[in-house]
Amino acid sequence: MEEKLNTNNETESQKNEPVIVMSNLYKAFGDNKILEDFSLSIQREESVVVLGKSGAGKSVLIKCIIGLLTPDKGSIKVLGEEVTGLDEDGLAAARKKIGFLFQANAIYDSMTVRENLEFPLRRHWTDLNETEVLEKVKEALESVGLEHTIDMMPAELSGGMLKRVALARTLILKPEIMLYDEPTTGLDPITSKEIDQLILTLQKKLKTSSIIISHDMSCVKVIADRVVILLDGKCYAEGTYKELESSDDPNINQFFQ
Amino acid sequence: MSIISSIRDFLDETGKISRFAGRFFSHGLKPKFEIKELLSQCYLIGYMSLPLVALTGFIIGLVLTMQLRPSLVTYGVQSELPVMVGIAIVREVGPIITALIFAGKIASSIGAELGSMKVTEQIDSMEVSGTNPFKYLVATRVIATSLMLPLLTILADAIALFGAYIGVNIKSVTNIKFFFMQVFESLSYSDIIPAVIKTVFFGFAVGLIGCYKGFNSTKGTQGVGKSANSAVVLSSVLIFVLDLLTVQLTNLLGFN
Repeated sequence: MEEKLNTNNETESQKNEPVIVMSNLYKAFGDNKILEDFSLSIQREESVVVLGKSGAGKSVLIKCIIGLLTPDKGSIKVLGEEVTGLDEDGLAAARKKIGFLFQANAIYDSMTVRENLEFPLRRHWTDLNETEVLEKVKEALESVGLEHTIDMMPAELSGGMLKRVALARTLILKPEIMLYDEPTTGLDPITSKEIDQLILTLQKKLKTSSIIISHDMSCVKVIADRVVILLDGKCYAEGTYKELESSDDPNINQFFQ
Repeated sequence: MSIISSIRDFLDETGKISRFAGRFFSHGLKPKFEIKELLSQCYLIGYMSLPLVALTGFIIGLVLTMQLRPSLVTYGVQSELPVMVGIAIVREVGPIITALIFAGKIASSIGAELGSMKVTEQIDSMEVSGTNPFKYLVATRVIATSLMLPLLTILADAIALFGAYIGVNIKSVTNIKFFFMQVFESLSYSDIIPAVIKTVFFGFAVGLIGCYKGFNSTKGTQGVGKSANSAVVLSSVLIFVLDLLTVQLTNLLGFN
């Protein structure tokens, strides 16, 4: 009984632990300093939107989390594990738990939709048979409402459809953490709203924690539990959408006008 | 000042290519291999280049024979035409022409493909998906070019010799069996083996340079075009440099 209680307490404490902890991050490209002493924590099932001007280092930040870029200094802990010093195998294991939606979708244009979705699946879950793979692909496409596109080539799909396929490909591995790099950029307002709703629905369904990079304030309003403003490489301000919207600080206000 | 900067750029580029080649040997050749992708690349790079290589081989054999004939007639040794053409094709013309055609077709396509994958973040996406893009994209293509070019060269040599037979028959009548007997009697293994081995290096150069240029493509469509173009130019120059080195080496080893 006591043992069971301990286990429950442990699970509860694990649940309260932040899923991502970034501490004192520094990143520069030559003389161009992008991140300077940046720190941020993301709680389980929390959606944090990072706002910032173009070139402020928002994409650099999430690329550091997934290991596509290495910070010059600082620490990034993902689900309790330090990812900055990981080798190739360690990074591959960490990436199983993190999904990344690229700004330009990064759909493999020489492969069909089915092959695109199978690609991460076959590499991470090598024990799946053909039927199981197909089932998972169909399930992922169904969740984004695109099951009819399974044998289509990316060139035959619209911008919104490509975004949905990219989302399905990312979510097929059921990641615990999602990183979205400007998910609605380049889409018309109606499609943007659809993508926002889809992200929200899938986040609730899969119980993921997310960092969303966005300029689209309607998207931020719908998705964000917390908004972080990245300015001069630092976390300039953070709070809920409402809190920041009512701020008098011109550096914050400019994003909400 | 500009000469110094050009030399520095040249050395910098050479260093980067050497490091890329080193990465191929240290990472690309380690298991687990991407066999399915390798076979797919062998098909695309080798099989799909067959018509072009065959046509070029035939024309080169025919033209070479027609060009050589008047000179040999002048010296009264036209009967040696199959021998001369045979040696020229197998030792030099076949490998170098096939490699250059191959560089034009394959280096540009690899450079453009990987370049566009790079600028559209498909390579990053692959990495995030738990796949080593160097193994999946670079190793498979470099191995495929190194394996396919020797096979294509052997085929091009055979078709060029057939073209030479047609060329001989334009002005005189020669039996095909007699023609090929004359060709093969004049050839030895020391003519064939070094010529085939050097095409492995040519193929390696084409694949490596194509992948290097594509992998290091700068942002934008202009960058992709530049990658494809410079992949062809650099791999063609490298083929000539490697050819020069192999000739020197075969001379040193007494194969000539």
